[in-house]
Amino acid sequence: MRHIISLLMENEAGALSRVSGLFSARGYNIESLSVAPTEDQSLSRMTIVTRGSDEIIEQIIKQLNKLIDVVKVLDLHDGDHIERELVLVKVKANKQYRDEVQQLSSSYGGRIIDSSENILTIEFTGTSTELDNYLKSLNNSFVVEIVRTGASGIGRGDRILKI
Amino acid sequence: MTAEIITGAEIAIRCLQKENVKFVFGYPGGAVLNIYDAIFQQKSFKHVLVRHEQAAVHAADAYSRATGDVGVALVTSGPGATNAVTGIATAHMDSIPMVIISGQVPTHAIGQDAFQECDTVGITRPCVKHNFLVKDIKDIASTIKKAFYLAATGRPGPVLVDIPKDITAETTEFIYPENVSLRSYNPINQGHSGQINKALDLLVNAQKPMVYSGGGVVLGNASEALTEFIKLLGFPITNTLMGLGGFPASHENFLGMLGMHGTYQANMAMQECDVLLAVGARFDDRVIGNPDHFLAKPKKIIHIDIDPASISKRVKIDIPIVGDVKLVLEDLISAFKALKSSSSNNLRTDWLKTIDLWKQKDCMSFEDDGTQIKPQKVIQKLHEVTNGEAFITSDVGQHQMWAAQYYPFDKPRRWINSGGLGTMGVGLPYAMGCQLAFPDSQVACVTGEASIQMCIQELSTCKQFNLPVKIVNLNNRYMGMVRQWQEFFYGNRYAESYMDALPDFVKLAESYGHVGMKIENSSDIEGALKEAFSPKLKERLVFLDFITDQTENVFPMVPNGKGLSEMILADDAEDL
Repeated sequence: MRHIISLLMENEAGALSRVSGLFSARGYNIESLSVAPTEDQSLSRMTIVTRGSDEIIEQIIKQLNKLIDVVKVLDLHDGDHIERELVLVKVKANKQYRDEVQQLSSSYGGRIIDSSENILTIEFTGTSTELDNYLKSLNNSFVVEIVRTGASGIGRGDRILKI
Repeated sequence: MTAEIITGAEIAIRCLQKENVKFVFGYPGGAVLNIYDAIFQQKSFKHVLVRHEQAAVHAADAYSRATGDVGVALVTSGPGATNAVTGIATAHMDSIPMVIISGQVPTHAIGQDAFQECDTVGITRPCVKHNFLVKDIKDIASTIKKAFYLAATGRPGPVLVDIPKDITAETTEFIYPENVSLRSYNPINQGHSGQINKALDLLVNAQKPMVYSGGGVVLGNASEALTEFIKLLGFPITNTLMGLGGFPASHENFLGMLGMHGTYQANMAMQECDVLLAVGARFDDRVIGNPDHFLAKPKKIIHIDIDPASISKRVKIDIPIVGDVKLVLEDLISAFKALKSSSSNNLRTDWLKTIDLWKQKDCMSFEDDGTQIKPQKVIQKLHEVTNGEAFITSDVGQHQMWAAQYYPFDKPRRWINSGGLGTMGVGLPYAMGCQLAFPDSQVACVTGEASIQMCIQELSTCKQFNLPVKIVNLNNRYMGMVRQWQEFFYGNRYAESYMDALPDFVKLAESYGHVGMKIENSSDIEGALKEAFSPKLKERLVFLDFITDQTENVFPMVPNGKGLSEMILADDAEDL
């Protein structure tokens, strides 16, 4: 099953490689990983999307907690949460298709953030599934480039990951 | 009061003094020259110069295993650090508290592919509890303080501190922190009382109880508590390879070691019990074999361990108790005493009778016609000659299993071997670490002609530091355990397991300034051992080269991937 794990860790050199190294050393699946500093400059927040049985996920969380630099770990799937991912898509859009691409994007809630004579760049935000659906709707032969950020997640309401 | 201004190298040394370090095992090199210069000018600890960095880490590891203190090794950058990796990984797999200080190229040269540069922190990351690269002289003291704290607390392990050369030459004031507090690291020591009561309830009502204890009992200094608990409950108990000595082997409730080469009674009792108490052990593949087979016989499992990640890793646990094994056992003892119930010993006569029947298999007997030297007999005689009091180190392979099987340990920290990583070559440096820690004790290194050659250069270190280790070389001219698997599972095709072109070990020992003995007859075993341990040779390293029966195998054996109760016994082996 797919899980989104959020964690806070000391914002130190090598922190990311401790986490990614753990996943590769123990053969855990890693679908995406995003990391950035938080409002507290001494902390990094990481969102890891992974897949595994309940036993594997339990081990992943324990092993993450065991890393000395990891301050807190939360499996967002244990409760209500919000997930967002950003994608930037560059599509071929000459006069013939321009309107169609624009319509499609706006119907999904995408935003055109750059345009040139033959190329449109669209920004789209949503859950990873929404991104998948949106990208499927685009005609593959027009897609020039896709950049996805990997999911970020946050608990709903007063479900807060903070120290 | 203003603090003294000293160099980074001197700060590192002062830190070791503050931690009451008595021995530093190491090997100098360019990046640690400043540190060595500071060592030259101090007297509070002894530096033990090894002949290869791997041995420095092994010796420091053994020092820790034998004493319980944090072992310390010091190596230079690049090859010094990479040579140390095997030692670090060995300590990591067995959770041994150690601090390894490695030199690094100057900070401005890091990343430039400088001479003797390697990414030590990157290379060692997967085989340490934690590691640090110190980039500012002001952080040396606090980092070393953290390293010792991390190494020794929680589930112990090796911690590496990488120090670039330039900052060992800079100067600053020395302030050693009194305490360490890390917001991200708070090991749980006290067991949860609710879990402890649930566990006790299960234990006192068990019909077929069994206890299995591992290296955690030794590391956690919990042997006394465990022994008291077992005496109170009267339960049968087995030890893992790492747990030997954690419960006295001579006690009537002890069923011997369990696992791949465990006793018939220990493995059967593990399989057939209805309630299993695991103490400081981790259900690894060499211990419980195939986990599905192990759980096919329904049983409730209680697991006491300091590491939450050890719980339910290979086997689903019914009642986990996370905490320091000693504290949890003490809580269990008080809770049991408070029960005022004597329910421990009733209704279990059938179970104990069944165990007695298993014991009657006499799975450890071996044929001995008194001509060829049987390795098992050498170990039995070693036990007799040393009154079971020696520190026994071993390398890895058949000799290791025979030492574990035929030298019963009544005390913890006497059996020093590489259980997790299974590192050939540890035996001699392990013996050095033990002998330095306990100069007046008998130390024997049980090894084989293949393993001993992996760190043979340490005979030189032993000479320099007058370490009167007795090397018991079970020389069967084969990599015995490899040959055993090839015989059983690879149709007798002995691919590269034959040790050709062996040295004359007697002459080799003599060339290093030691005493060598070659023993070829079974009737000479006892005499040779007695001579080696006699007052005459008390101050000398003696290399006993026992020419043993080449075809001897280790029994019982649970084949890889099989269930614990699917053992091959010596009597069945002919049918293979």
